Amino acid sequence: MLKRHLLILIPTLVCGSAFAQFRVEVSGVGLTQVPIAIATFRGDESAPQKIASIVQADLERSGQFRAVDSSGATMDEGARPEVATWRQKGADVLVTGSITRLADGRFDVRMRLWDVVRGQDLGGQSYAVVAGDLRLVAHRVADFVYEKITGDKGIFSTRIAYVTKVGQSYNLWVADADGESAQSALNSAEPIISPSWAPNGQQLAYVSFESRKPVIFVHDVATGKRRLVANFKGSNSAPAWSPDGKTLAATLTRDGGSQLYLMDATGGEPRRLAQNSSIDTEPTFTTNGKLIYFVSDRGGAPQIYRMPSTGGSAERVTFTGTYNISPSLSPDGKWLAYISRVSGLFKLHVMDLATGATSAITDTTTDENPSFSPNGRLIIYATQQQGREALMTTTVDGKIKARLAGQNGDIREPDWGPMQK
Amino acid sequence: MKQLVLAAAVAVFLSACSSTKLDTVPVEDKSGTNVTQPGGPGTGGVGERVITPVALDKNKVPDVANRVVYFDYDSHAIRPEFQALLETNAKLIKADKSKKIAIEGHTDERGGREYNLALGQKRSEAVRRAMSLLGVSESQLEAVSFGKEKPAVMGSTEDAMAKNRRAEISYR
Repeated sequence: MLKRHLLILIPTLVCGSAFAQFRVEVSGVGLTQVPIAIATFRGDESAPQKIASIVQADLERSGQFRAVDSSGATMDEGARPEVATWRQKGADVLVTGSITRLADGRFDVRMRLWDVVRGQDLGGQSYAVVAGDLRLVAHRVADFVYEKITGDKGIFSTRIAYVTKVGQSYNLWVADADGESAQSALNSAEPIISPSWAPNGQQLAYVSFESRKPVIFVHDVATGKRRLVANFKGSNSAPAWSPDGKTLAATLTRDGGSQLYLMDATGGEPRRLAQNSSIDTEPTFTTNGKLIYFVSDRGGAPQIYRMPSTGGSAERVTFTGTYNISPSLSPDGKWLAYISRVSGLFKLHVMDLATGATSAITDTTTDENPSFSPNGRLIIYATQQQGREALMTTTVDGKIKARLAGQNGDIREPDWGPMQK
Repeated sequence: MKQLVLAAAVAVFLSACSSTKLDTVPVEDKSGTNVTQPGGPGTGGVGERVITPVALDKNKVPDVANRVVYFDYDSHAIRPEFQALLETNAKLIKADKSKKIAIEGHTDERGGREYNLALGQKRSEAVRRAMSLLGVSESQLEAVSFGKEKPAVMGSTEDAMAKNRRAEISYR
């Protein structure tokens, strides 16, 4: 078996952030990656963010692009590239652009995408933004390039949520999809688990232990306003949004045992979804809202099942192994990511739902809590790598992995937010 | 050695999650007005600075060691050795109908957070059922879970994990 293991080190992304350096790991053969050259943007040297570097890191993390050395070439969006020169370097596509400080203090970012095989202009974008939004602009440039070349929506300008624990202090963070620009939405002396983005990308549901028992809040991240939506007798956990954002599925123990309920996302009286003497938990809706996947130990060990979101009979989905938990569905409904215990090790698996074929896609052993990107191409998960807690992204085939920048220390419970305007 | 480990474990346990709120411990008022102190030191009669020691009635809330039930791996069955502990607590709770008790289930660190929350719930509900069988009113009991979020003991040794698989009876 031929197996190549290749490490590409990406240069430090942002001056000023000591932890910004990260690593994209490429393994396996048969990858088709578009060779892309990203010229240094004109004006980059005096800009607060290195747009070209951020765009390059985004595209490489996707697994669908391979960066070609642009050896310090600076080209703006108006320049017509020497096609032969870029072909010689091995590039199929080229990104050029500029960043200019405007009189009002904002920055004008312009870019153009070239097909250097055909010598064709594939279009451009321009943005005028405050300095604080320059990273977001870089992610939008990456989204533009990604969609033009692959035909799929890019996810680089989406947001992720995750939780850190430092000493006895817990923080719920909202960050860019590359782990940068993290901002704390909630700080607590008690644990926070299971953050879940609302489909509108503005609110997070999560479980907080601040009242010495698990209760569910819905939290508007822009305003910081929180609403306690489930504080019933016993434990309240595992919130999951319906695709229309109107309903939450959750695990409650108010009637004894961990059982699934539906309730309005604004709170109110829960409606029981199923009734049995087993554990039912970790619900997640399909994109069309018709089914709920969940974990149950009704067969004696935790396995993943699915049932109609109106209730009804459940169908078992996982059959290999004795411990399969934490289901996450790709938005197109083709893939199921989950954690399976194999010989005492917890490993991220992906199932092709059409065939039932499964594969373990990591080399790590304490994987937790997978969450699909909204275009279904990447999965974020928590694990330990080289003895350190980390958030990783991987392609669905496991061939391209990246460790996200961001917080040091105990980092967990990632959830990938929806597409945003 | 084993005792030392246990003592350390209890110490960590106490600091990590002391579950008794001091303000809920009944304070018995023994500071009456008719206190007489025969023969203060070196003087005849009663001094001005009288101190009457008050001991909180230890029987009201059992020590932490008498409020924790430990479980075997992947089990929520209550081992027979904990029957006496449950009876002691049940008696106290029954004696005071105003008492509210939370039973907090916990697991060791292995596995997913939400699934462990459900496993911890199985343990707390096993204790709740046992208390109920001993005649405690359900209205005084709430079974909740912390899953693997609040280990009593840090570390991944078998010994540490055994100390973390527990249900704690918490007087609120």
